[in-house]
Amino acid sequence: MKRLVVLGMALACGVTAVLADTDPIAERRALMKHDGAAAKALFDMSKGKIPFDLATVKASLATLNEGATKSAALFPDNSKTGGGTAALPAIWQNKADFEARFAQFIKDVQAAQAGITDEATFKQFAPAVFKNCGGCHELYKAKSG
Amino acid sequence: MSVLVWVLSAPRPRYSAEEWRALGLTGDAQAGRLVFYAGGCESCHQSPGQDDRLKLGGGLELKTPFGSFYAPNISPDPVDGLGAWRDVDIANALMSGVSPDGQHLYPAFPYTSYRRMAPKDVADLAAFLRTLPAVKGRAPPNALAFPFSIRRAVGLWKRMFFNDSGLKPDPSQSEQWNRGRYLVEGPGHCGECHTPRNFLGAMDSSRKLAGGPMPDGHGKSGNLRGGDFLTWTEADIVEALTSGFTPAGDVLGGGMNAVVRNLSQLPESDRHAIAVYLKSLPPLGPGAAAKP
Repeated sequence: MKRLVVLGMALACGVTAVLADTDPIAERRALMKHDGAAAKALFDMSKGKIPFDLATVKASLATLNEGATKSAALFPDNSKTGGGTAALPAIWQNKADFEARFAQFIKDVQAAQAGITDEATFKQFAPAVFKNCGGCHELYKAKSG
Repeated sequence: MSVLVWVLSAPRPRYSAEEWRALGLTGDAQAGRLVFYAGGCESCHQSPGQDDRLKLGGGLELKTPFGSFYAPNISPDPVDGLGAWRDVDIANALMSGVSPDGQHLYPAFPYTSYRRMAPKDVADLAAFLRTLPAVKGRAPPNALAFPFSIRRAVGLWKRMFFNDSGLKPDPSQSEQWNRGRYLVEGPGHCGECHTPRNFLGAMDSSRKLAGGPMPDGHGKSGNLRGGDFLTWTEADIVEALTSGFTPAGDVLGGGMNAVVRNLSQLPESDRHAIAVYLKSLPPLGPGAAAKP
């Protein structure tokens, strides 16, 4: 029974993946939303609003790493409008800069993944991760909040 | 008839030189630095293509439905900037939208909000501006569609939509609320993006801060009186204005980044005052009924 459930889930993931490939806007919006929740957890932790927890940090960074890596490839030329996207035309006018920023973000997330082992290292590496958000969102995202 | 139109459209600066002098104000540049960041001057007047926010050579293009505006040089350069302007000239520009040579300024320069600034803040700002580096070069002239290109016509627009009175504190409200309202409706000029406008580009103050068109015509600004924003606490607003992070873990983008950069220069009490004021606004607009 368990195997059936696992198989079913794997199939569902596969199917979703296939479907998602045909809608980059929907997929990147979902990824970014997921990223936001992860970023919020890290942010609240850095502000002392929630207690430091290494497992949460690792899970959140993993989400950000995966989200950013996948999202970076989800801005093909035919996905500029529709689907409620907040992506600005500036993305395609400055594709090299856009992609460079994603690369920097991933680099900072991975440095954090490698370097964070406790609260002190969390405080050391987290700011570099947060620094990336504003730069992209200012230039390339249409609406706030 | 045309004489009547000419008279009706005449520029009316708020202060004569004597009236300003009679106020007896001395500008404090250090206090003026905070006014500068509250007002966000560099967001429009910073020389484009470089990172120094205090280099105010102008030239940034603001594309609007009426045509393109180019922010002027407001550095203390005596030829290309404000070097020859007196404090009263700066006051009349900010508060009445009139230049020292007696011409109307277009409300792309948001004197429609700045008119609420306190004269002391204006004096302090003028003192601060004079400490900044002089920048050579003038911005291009505005490229506006007819009839918006007729500068004198702004006088008629002002007759219809503008009054240059200042802001009187509301004695029934706290000092913090009043400070918040002053910042939002005065130097912060939030309404210039967040208030709906009519077809002639004037803000509809009956629906203030309920979300409006972005000045460059691309997209809309958020409704600060409805929808998701109603779920934000004062602390959420303070956080967003300090770091850009929203309660959903998103980051304020497009236009708000400059605001966050500037407001983060002010004392936290100012961002708190803004939050108190914003939370006090009665719900309005789409999603206003959403919160019980």
